[in-house]
Amino acid sequence: MFSGYSMGELGAIFAMQGFAGLILFSVFVLMALGLAIIFGQMGVINMAHGEFMILGAYVTYLTSNVFSAYMPELFGIYFFVAMFLAFIASGLLGLLVEWGLIRHLYARPLDTLLATWGLSLILQQTYRSVFGAREVGVTIPNWMMGSLPLTDLIEVPINGIFVMVLATGISLAVYILMFRSSWGLQVRAIGQNRTMADAVGINTAWTDRLTFGIGCGVAGVAGSAFTMIGSTGPTAGQLYIVDTFLVVVFGGAGSLLGTIASAFSISQAQSIMEFFLSGSMAKVLTLLVVVGILMIRPQGLFSLKLRK
Amino acid sequence: MSDPKTPKPVSGPNRRAVLAGGTALTASLFMPKELRAQDFPTAEVNTTGLAVTDDTVTVGILHSVTGTMAISETGSVQAEKLAISQINEQGGILGRKIEFIQEDGASDWPTFAEKARKLLVNDKVASVMGCWTSASRKAVLPVFEQHNGFLYYPTFYEGLEQSPNVIYTGQEATQQIIAGLDWVSETKGAKSFYLLGSDYIWPRTSNKIARKHIENFLEGSEVVGEEYYPLGHTQFNSVINKIRLRKPDVIYAIVVGGSNVAFYKQLKAAGIDPAGESPLVLTISVTEDEIRGIGGENIEGTYACMKYFQSLENENNQAFVSAFKEMWGDDIVIGDVTQAAYLGPWLWKAAVEKAGSFDVDKVREASPGIEMTTAPEGYVKIHENHHLWSKTRVGRAQADGQYDVVFETAELVEPDPFPEGYQ
Repeated sequence: MFSGYSMGELGAIFAMQGFAGLILFSVFVLMALGLAIIFGQMGVINMAHGEFMILGAYVTYLTSNVFSAYMPELFGIYFFVAMFLAFIASGLLGLLVEWGLIRHLYARPLDTLLATWGLSLILQQTYRSVFGAREVGVTIPNWMMGSLPLTDLIEVPINGIFVMVLATGISLAVYILMFRSSWGLQVRAIGQNRTMADAVGINTAWTDRLTFGIGCGVAGVAGSAFTMIGSTGPTAGQLYIVDTFLVVVFGGAGSLLGTIASAFSISQAQSIMEFFLSGSMAKVLTLLVVVGILMIRPQGLFSLKLRK
Repeated sequence: MSDPKTPKPVSGPNRRAVLAGGTALTASLFMPKELRAQDFPTAEVNTTGLAVTDDTVTVGILHSVTGTMAISETGSVQAEKLAISQINEQGGILGRKIEFIQEDGASDWPTFAEKARKLLVNDKVASVMGCWTSASRKAVLPVFEQHNGFLYYPTFYEGLEQSPNVIYTGQEATQQIIAGLDWVSETKGAKSFYLLGSDYIWPRTSNKIARKHIENFLEGSEVVGEEYYPLGHTQFNSVINKIRLRKPDVIYAIVVGGSNVAFYKQLKAAGIDPAGESPLVLTISVTEDEIRGIGGENIEGTYACMKYFQSLENENNQAFVSAFKEMWGDDIVIGDVTQAAYLGPWLWKAAVEKAGSFDVDKVREASPGIEMTTAPEGYVKIHENHHLWSKTRVGRAQADGQYDVVFETAELVEPDPFPEGYQ
């Protein structure tokens, strides 16, 4: 398939394909981090994760409308405000959901699955009633939409760089929160032994609520960022949920490092195969490999060593 | 190419025969002439126990208003309700007001079949306007054939079907594909095509027809790539790199749903701006409805091949667009399928009045040859094969989300659901 192309062209294409893989990696990390916090640390299977992301996307849509109506001169930077608001909105909804729903179901993981799935349907219909069944178009500031031409052939999409920077930043923030803050220490303590954590005076109820809220907030930021590359509609969250679970489960629940490693391997595998095979075939093969590895290593790539 | 501003009221094949036989009919159809119910006793116009009374007739509307397809089907529901209310304002059908029962297919194909059975068996509706995806149509088809219902199906689709119980008011594949490819080959000198689609029956069948046409009928043209992505796929950077490597003249894109938004945003972000026309992007899956989600600024310059655009300049369409906005709000947009859905109730009314009966068998018999001069897209006529004769048009997407019509076929294009040499 490469006959008739010069070495220069091929080199350029492979460079760009590598970059495409990195963008996909960043997208996966953004999608999965919020879920990894909730699923990994709390054991809650949050089927409404996609809808928390889409809430972030709708907040971005509203923010862009407000800016273009009242502060058109600041439109170029509205996206940062939107991401912050998306974090707040999704986070608050997360706190509310934890208080009203999740906290009653901690001992019953299968019931949380059903409850959050129901929540996802309710949220979808709410978006549909509020924003309409049709997708909304989020206007992205011009400076974020173009590409940087490095050479004649290599062009780097700016939104790709943006997503990469954002993914790195949020990963770092989550890492610091988890491993360098007292809240993170408490979360990890509860994850290891809830009764003991309770006994030493950790407010487990509040820590759980905050963890769930932060996980949802991160999902909201991801949703906000994805308005640059994807659609914003009532059911758009469903497009992300399968990949998200795939990444988290493959990485090993409970391990943030595992999530990142798994996002990297899945995205690279998929992006390389997409180039040589058709898109559908690449997806099938990726899933097959993941299933195969999970059969050999049910705990995922990385897992915490637990005393049984 | 005829001037779109002055559409010929009657054109196309067999027009003399139609004129001779159909003058009285068309007059009764589109002049608000009162047909009085007492001239058509219920016992005579309804011999099969349909939901017809002395002053009403009930039809069904069967679309998804919840679930993932609601995004597309909402426009069809609105168009059908508009047509029904306009017909009622003109006095209804055979002196009877149309009432409708709306059921929700909920984007779930078994639900469509179940609701279709409910409409036909319990409600005894005289006809149904409904379905959108091919999957939902295939699901209800056995129900309609078993209970002898009559369905008006609005979506452009892959063809390869001709049911006695369905009138297809959208284009079948050849009507939508061939004229567009000819146009891009003749006026843009395109020689190489990259076919791209979502992975299900409609894009695959359509691309198969496109490939056959490019390879067998367009001199010196070739397909340099063909590729499918799962429905809902949101990452197109790999295929964009492949396109860059192949350097086609035309990207022929049949991507649907949420993937559409991702594809066009990423295409532009990767430095392939459709407005630059190198490569040129030609699609048959993006109507004005989809542009709302994609954003006009991201898709400007893409060409779409449809039979209807909201921007068509003719009197029928101006009246239609203003009536639609009056009923559903000023910020609404109207896509190809929405217009096709609007035709359903009108074509049914014409057939019922020609048959002088609501009985499905008589309506079916009366349907071929029914013409509509007030269609927003211009003149259309029902073919023997239950599809519509209609024109094919090419529009160029603009930043405001509307299409600028740059081409239309001179004649009506004959529907050919089982195209020879293309399978």
